[in-house]
Amino acid sequence: MTEPLLELRALSTHYESARGTRVTRAVDDVSLTLEPGKTLGIVGESGSGKSTLALSIMRLLPPAARIVGGEIRFEGENLLTKSPREMRHIRGKRIAMILQDPMASLNPLFTIGDQIAESLRVHEGASRAAAWSRAKGLLQAVRISAPVTRMKEFPHQMSGGMRQRIVGAIAVACEPRLLIADEPTTSLDLTIQAQYLSLLRDLQRDHNLAMIFITHNLGIVAKMCDAVAVMYAGRVVEAGPIRQIFNKPAHPYTRALLESVPRLTDDNHARLPAIEGQPPDPSAPPSGCAFHPRCPQMMERCQAQAPPSVTVASSHTARCWLHLP
Amino acid sequence: MNASTAVVLAEVPRRASRRLSSYPVVPLAIIGLMVFIALAADVLAPHNPEVGSLGMRFRPPVWQAGGSAAHLLGTDHLGRDVLSRLLFGARVSLVVGFTAVVVAGLLGVALGIAAGYLGGWVDEVIMRLTDTWLALPALTFAIFLAAVLGPSELNIIIVLSCVYWTRYARVIRGEVLSLKEREFVRLAIIAGCSRLTIMRRHILPNVLNSAIVLATLMLGVVVVTEAALSFLGVGVPPPKPAWGLMLADGKRGLMAGYWWLTVLPGLCIMFLVLAANLLGDWLRVKLDPQLRQL
Amino acid sequence: MKRFVLRRLGYALVSLALLSITIFVFVRLTGDPALLLVEPGASKADVDAVRERFGLDQPLVVQYAKFMNGLLRGDFGQSFYYRTPVLELYLSRLPNSLMLAAVAMSFSLLIGIPTGILAAVRVNSWLDRAGRIFALLGLSLPSFWIGLVLILFFSVYLGWLPSSGSGTVLHVLMPAFALGWYFAASHMRLTRSSMLDVLGAEYVKLARLKGLPEQRVIAKHALKNALIPVLTLAGINLVIMINVAVVVETVFAWPGIGRLLYEGIAFRDFPIVQATVLLGGSMIVFVNLIVDVLYGLIDPRIRYER
Repeated sequence: MTEPLLELRALSTHYESARGTRVTRAVDDVSLTLEPGKTLGIVGESGSGKSTLALSIMRLLPPAARIVGGEIRFEGENLLTKSPREMRHIRGKRIAMILQDPMASLNPLFTIGDQIAESLRVHEGASRAAAWSRAKGLLQAVRISAPVTRMKEFPHQMSGGMRQRIVGAIAVACEPRLLIADEPTTSLDLTIQAQYLSLLRDLQRDHNLAMIFITHNLGIVAKMCDAVAVMYAGRVVEAGPIRQIFNKPAHPYTRALLESVPRLTDDNHARLPAIEGQPPDPSAPPSGCAFHPRCPQMMERCQAQAPPSVTVASSHTARCWLHLP
Repeated sequence: MNASTAVVLAEVPRRASRRLSSYPVVPLAIIGLMVFIALAADVLAPHNPEVGSLGMRFRPPVWQAGGSAAHLLGTDHLGRDVLSRLLFGARVSLVVGFTAVVVAGLLGVALGIAAGYLGGWVDEVIMRLTDTWLALPALTFAIFLAAVLGPSELNIIIVLSCVYWTRYARVIRGEVLSLKEREFVRLAIIAGCSRLTIMRRHILPNVLNSAIVLATLMLGVVVVTEAALSFLGVGVPPPKPAWGLMLADGKRGLMAGYWWLTVLPGLCIMFLVLAANLLGDWLRVKLDPQLRQL
Repeated sequence: MKRFVLRRLGYALVSLALLSITIFVFVRLTGDPALLLVEPGASKADVDAVRERFGLDQPLVVQYAKFMNGLLRGDFGQSFYYRTPVLELYLSRLPNSLMLAAVAMSFSLLIGIPTGILAAVRVNSWLDRAGRIFALLGLSLPSFWIGLVLILFFSVYLGWLPSSGSGTVLHVLMPAFALGWYFAASHMRLTRSSMLDVLGAEYVKLARLKGLPEQRVIAKHALKNALIPVLTLAGINLVIMINVAVVVETVFAWPGIGRLLYEGIAFRDFPIVQATVLLGGSMIVFVNLIVDVLYGLIDPRIRYER
């Protein structure tokens, strides 16, 4: 059995409010694994902690946040013990991340070429000429036409789809082992989304890249991911191989998410199934199992105590009292 | 608290930073003190500020050699008591400062609302004028106006109002432009209110916040400008005790080392302006975080 | 780019026209303008002569035409005291003011920008707090008072620096410091807030995610973006500095246009006062124009805007 590329063990990240009086458990006791070259999807509503999780792995949290417990094992090493200097060498070079808004991600004052070449020059000490020519190759790899002219242009001269590819090119420039994508298609037009996703898949295949794909879109998860983790109120409520989760969801929340996606074959007159209630306030989550106020199968136990993670099938876990005697 | 509500975690030790005080104690205290002094100067001042005895010229403050208890903070080149002049000077600075700020504010807010709400050529005219006057450096313009009008307390107020209304107009117009699009304004138009009524009842109350913040920040600027004008001789005319005038007089004794004639009035100006700035900053953050841009 | 420049030029010309109208109107507003335009102590005959010369009996439009005619030919009036054209006087003193302002501006940027950056990078630390107090003090202390206190200290007590006049480096130190102090505080504040805004931007986040060293993130990615508003302000401030240097120049008897203005007031030499305002305002309009164009050069986004 190969050692997983990335393994999170009971990771917890907390935010402190400005007055230091309230603590928000943005990421609460999260454990996940990811094999090399595979794709893990992380699904959840806003406020579920997905982005904080990504930033925790990169150890680039805002000053109000702190990792308070757990381990992040990447290629066998615990990232939490790394010095800032060592982390810097890991970021961009061994683990890369792309953000949601491509326009905001690119510095408006520098050329495209400059921004791509920068990673190469910093991490690999490439000379300006070498970095520039590799940047050209990268632009071609992300299917941008006329790369030589494009390299000298500025971000505001590109379309949204192009910018996202450029961000992708920057990410894979130094051949990282892991790419974290935080809602990369959310701000793209639908027609461009499909192209972009297929591009990501090709990049993954060509570079044996593992991916963590953060999204709220189950359709994308189905298309892109090998495994998926569902997050709710900072916890992973269910995780497992994609087929398992989609065919036999073990957690009521996952089940509700899947049912809420309307299908063409649904009865035209039936009401659209929606999950009752509101997502919880991250700084004041409900007691016990955080989903209990909205759960159709809630029991007394759910309100009193938070369920531990239970193995439901091979590699398939869920946090639900329904699966415990 | 029942089980399904907040599970607040253990108190984390307070951070020392980033606490907005509930009340801006220091600036209010300073301004309050000055207002009190301005009102009670007649009672508080030990001597007549405008009359001095030539035999007591250039006396240092009481704690220095040659000082006397009759003149705690010394005397100036005409033998006038510095402490009394400082106390009455507060009155002048505050009266001129407040009045100018309010008048400029009234003018600026009115024109800003008119420009923003009425649009069209009214807007164009007002904005061109505002931009041009904003481009003129306040001090130079003020000096020019003061030279044209002649020195007197009233004229200074007029001058300062003319110079500083533009600061208000610009900002208020911007706010009005965005307020115009809001629902309650549209509803008022549909209900048939006249433009004047809308401007008065709906727009005006909503821009008051910014106007107040601006006014507080302007107070400091106006006080310094008035001091500069008086220092140059085109502000408050002698023998009235204005801090700026005292600085001008103090210059005569500077080379001889008569420090109290320069340092003390300046400190007064500094405290007033500091208080105004602190108050303005506090108000700015408290009333509307968007006003950070000011 | 060309269209951009032309538009800005158009705005500038409108501003200049408005400026002249403003000055013209204000002078005419005060009862009898002839009294302003004659020498102090003139006889009635002189006053009448002036009235004749400036056409003060004629309709306003005609007067304005004469006024503008004169301005455009470079005739800004004649100083009573110096008996020379004011424009000549002004231009001869201008280099002195420029030098003072240049030194003061350098000082304000050298102090303001690094402290602003430091405060932003170490936000909420004691460094930041100290910086903000310094900025507040700078904005609250009148420049001429600082000048006076400096003289007290360095000329009277310590005897190190000359208290007036110009000529050597020693002469310029105190006036420049007094003049630049306020602007140092203002630049520091703006640098700090601009830097904070930029440091929170997505592209800075991405730069960190790329694994770039923090120094590079700040120096290369954040700084250039953050400095745009600061340098814009500095450019405009330079000319404002020249104009508000009146009091500082008076305190230090620095022979610049500020002191010229003071002489105009002190000697009731109105042509000097009027010309200084006109020329000062025009200078600012021109500088605003130049700064706008430069801005277009630095920031590629502006260039492509219509």
